[in-house]
Amino acid sequence: MSKVISDIQDALACVESGHTILVGGFGLVGAPLSLIEGLTEKDVTNLTIVSNNLGESGKGLGILLNQNKIKKGIGSYFTSNRDVGDKYQKGEIELELLPQGTLAESLRAGGAGLGGYYTTTGVGTDLAKGKEEREIDGVNYIFEKAIRADVALIRAHKADTLGNLVYYKTARNFNPLMATAAKKVIVEVDEIVEPGALNPEEIVTPFLYVDTIIQAQQVLTKEGVVNK
Amino acid sequence: MTTWSKTDMQHLIAKRVAAELEGPCVVNLGIGIPTLVAEYMDAEDIYMHTENGLLGVTDVEEADIDPNLVNAGKLPVGEAIGSSFFNSSDSFAMIRGGHVDVAILGALQVDQTGVIANWAVPGKNIMGVGGAMDLLVGAKKVFVTMSHTSKDGSSKLLKECTYPITSTRSVDMIFTELAVFEVVNKQLKLVELMPGITIEEVQAKTEADFIH
Repeated sequence: MSKVISDIQDALACVESGHTILVGGFGLVGAPLSLIEGLTEKDVTNLTIVSNNLGESGKGLGILLNQNKIKKGIGSYFTSNRDVGDKYQKGEIELELLPQGTLAESLRAGGAGLGGYYTTTGVGTDLAKGKEEREIDGVNYIFEKAIRADVALIRAHKADTLGNLVYYKTARNFNPLMATAAKKVIVEVDEIVEPGALNPEEIVTPFLYVDTIIQAQQVLTKEGVVNK
Repeated sequence: MTTWSKTDMQHLIAKRVAAELEGPCVVNLGIGIPTLVAEYMDAEDIYMHTENGLLGVTDVEEADIDPNLVNAGKLPVGEAIGSSFFNSSDSFAMIRGGHVDVAILGALQVDQTGVIANWAVPGKNIMGVGGAMDLLVGAKKVFVTMSHTSKDGSSKLLKECTYPITSTRSVDMIFTELAVFEVVNKQLKLVELMPGITIEEVQAKTEADFIH
């Protein structure tokens, strides 16, 4: 059974207003740019977006932000898009800032069926406010909840038609974690191959996590984002 | 009174902190001045880790730039012999789990016990913690690089931070264009004056108490 879909809007058919959506990438590197563009063309609103950044100003998730489709952003570094701060100051978006390691681990925990975990990161800071604190073997930890979502939009380098994925250099980042932590996982890739063409030793995301595959129509180049 | 261009000052600090590193070690470089430290590291057994998923960062020639190969500051980098890629959770397991020897971070403020603030300015659009809190709890040593004073000339080494702190942990060393400090028993100790700088100038530009 092939999971490959050619039309982006068909791939995004499961996305509804009010959904929580995981979006891969570290800035634009490893971000599912074609799927994000598809989302900007879709009539949905009140989205909660979980992503390290909310794109850059007017690029990637930055477009969705400027369309006022994002109700809440959960991420680690919003400074890279000035528009996020401007909207926050005006009360137009809710933000939840998490340390980057906590964001990553909460996704890992969510995908692994855990409710949460204790971490030393953030203890004694403003980001620990309202979180349970617990001493374990003489060290203070705070409790962080796992993150699970309705949909994950991710980017990989290659997929076979079953949905096995391999990644490319630092475009891997949050993508393999997000692939595990959503009810529906949609991936865009540079290249789609037949099962058997990927070396089992190199597969990072096994196919059981992946629901839908599309061919990437936008790629990040030295000159910026271009249509393929 | 000594003055530098911003770039000269940043390179001066980066060069000095690079001299402090001894291999073999794994070093994580933050955004800003820390990124420049890579230009001054020549020991073969100093390996650089970047939070976005690469151990074995090197610099890269213009012709070899790959847009999908970047550091924490999203600037293009190269991959060293023996490098590896991994996901963000593994990257922060390395950091939190105490497997990174030195983290070099920027800071907005440092207090006189060595506690830093570097992720938020209340009322401003600076809302980016990134990996800073993880590095502070996990790196074996933390070095801070920053200009000694803000644009308005006020000291960034304060009695108490006025911005939200990044961790209750004190950093180990602080490098500015004026001086190098070690944090010993929650107290700042001036251990070196930068070339041409007098102790009087450091005292005049430092609000925090320090010993020397």
